[in-house]
Amino acid sequence: MVSNLTGRKAIVAKLGMDAHWRGAIVVANALKEAGMEVVYIGHGTPGEIAATAVQEDAVLVGLSTLSGNHLAECPAVLERLKEAGAEGVIVALGGTVPPADAEVLLKEGVDAVFGPGTPLAEIVSVLDRLIGEQ
Amino acid sequence: MIADSLVAGVRAGLPAAAARLISLVEHGSPVAADALSTLFPLTGRARIVGVTGPPGAGKSTLVDALVRCYRQRRERVGVIAVDPSSPFTGGALLGDRIRMRAHAEDPGVFIRSMATRGELGGLSAAAASAVRVLDAFGLDVVIVETVGVGQSELAVADLADCVVLVCAPGTGDGVQAVKAGVMEIGDVFVVNKSDHPDAGRTRLDIARALELRGGTPGPVLLVRADQGEGVEVVVGAVQEHIERARQSGALAHDRETRLERESLSLIARLARREVVDRLGDTTVEALRRDLAERRLDPARVAAVAVTTAFAQGGAQG
Repeated sequence: MVSNLTGRKAIVAKLGMDAHWRGAIVVANALKEAGMEVVYIGHGTPGEIAATAVQEDAVLVGLSTLSGNHLAECPAVLERLKEAGAEGVIVALGGTVPPADAEVLLKEGVDAVFGPGTPLAEIVSVLDRLIGEQ
Repeated sequence: MIADSLVAGVRAGLPAAAARLISLVEHGSPVAADALSTLFPLTGRARIVGVTGPPGAGKSTLVDALVRCYRQRRERVGVIAVDPSSPFTGGALLGDRIRMRAHAEDPGVFIRSMATRGELGGLSAAAASAVRVLDAFGLDVVIVETVGVGQSELAVADLADCVVLVCAPGTGDGVQAVKAGVMEIGDVFVVNKSDHPDAGRTRLDIARALELRGGTPGPVLLVRADQGEGVEVVVGAVQEHIERARQSGALAHDRETRLERESLSLIARLARREVVDRLGDTTVEALRRDLAERRLDPARVAAVAVTTAFAQGGAQG
């Protein structure tokens, strides 16, 4: 069952002050089940997330948002990753993101946005493909 | 070429270079082997502190507090935090960093999470090399946090200049403390969660067990890591242990022994691969049948394999 995910490092974080942890943990666990080594950091500021991605040499940053802060926080994460020289990292966002906002974020450089109800298997297969193309 | 630029990056103190090199080490890349051997002469400067103890004792919380303490002393700190890999999927959920959030953006701190990847000694196979990368990177102290250990995960003792064993109150009576194994590798003992009513009792149990062992017992310290209480004393005790070992010559001697032991275990691994390669498929298959049909026992198979492989090697080379 070797995939592009096996043995690769992911960071999973909740954006900013968001305290909703279940979604992030469920996705982190699904990535673990798919063979990834998932660094779960709880909530983090864009700077913390970027520094962590660099130190862990992550291929994927998975962000969870359920508090409507994504239009402010998500581009900030992209910015800080770029500053830290880690712009090649795949950035995926999951949570309550309205389709119009998703479009904006995808244009700004987020690689994937997963709305409510996305099956875990779909999340895993999309990320597998994105990391494979990297 | 890649090895050269990684070495240059690590020497220049670029976190991304150190991070990438550790990944390559984990994946067993030949580039990593080249870079590590170039960096090796630069290592041996950092003090290596192991932190081990059972799950839930507060290892990560203590590491977080230790990092804060070292930073106040203007020392640059690395952390290698190991968590277990799933034996079923190979994946891992690495959660030690949650307790160390405060240091994420401090340029004087480099934290790396590692999964055990099937190693059973409480660390990962790449941990020793990762510590050397951080040593060459120029950090003053490298803290190695093991997985939550039971009684016999002792690999950290092969890596650290000082092992801090963290226990929580109320986890067994005096007999537990006397047992061989993980208790024996501690240099400094921490009873964490000192606000717990059983903390004093646990401290006494450990101290008495250490007295039975003879020699100079390591200090047993009450700490409340989440509040930082008693952590200064731990840093002082670690420093004292390493300084004493440095002056007596034990530090240099132990480091030498550890490198020797690491080389020996690598020799074993390389030799095993070499033996199997030299025998070739036909001989390996014949020996496998001898085993299956119980003509030769495993010890005899090993002896035959080694003798045959080296005889062939001699003839060829």
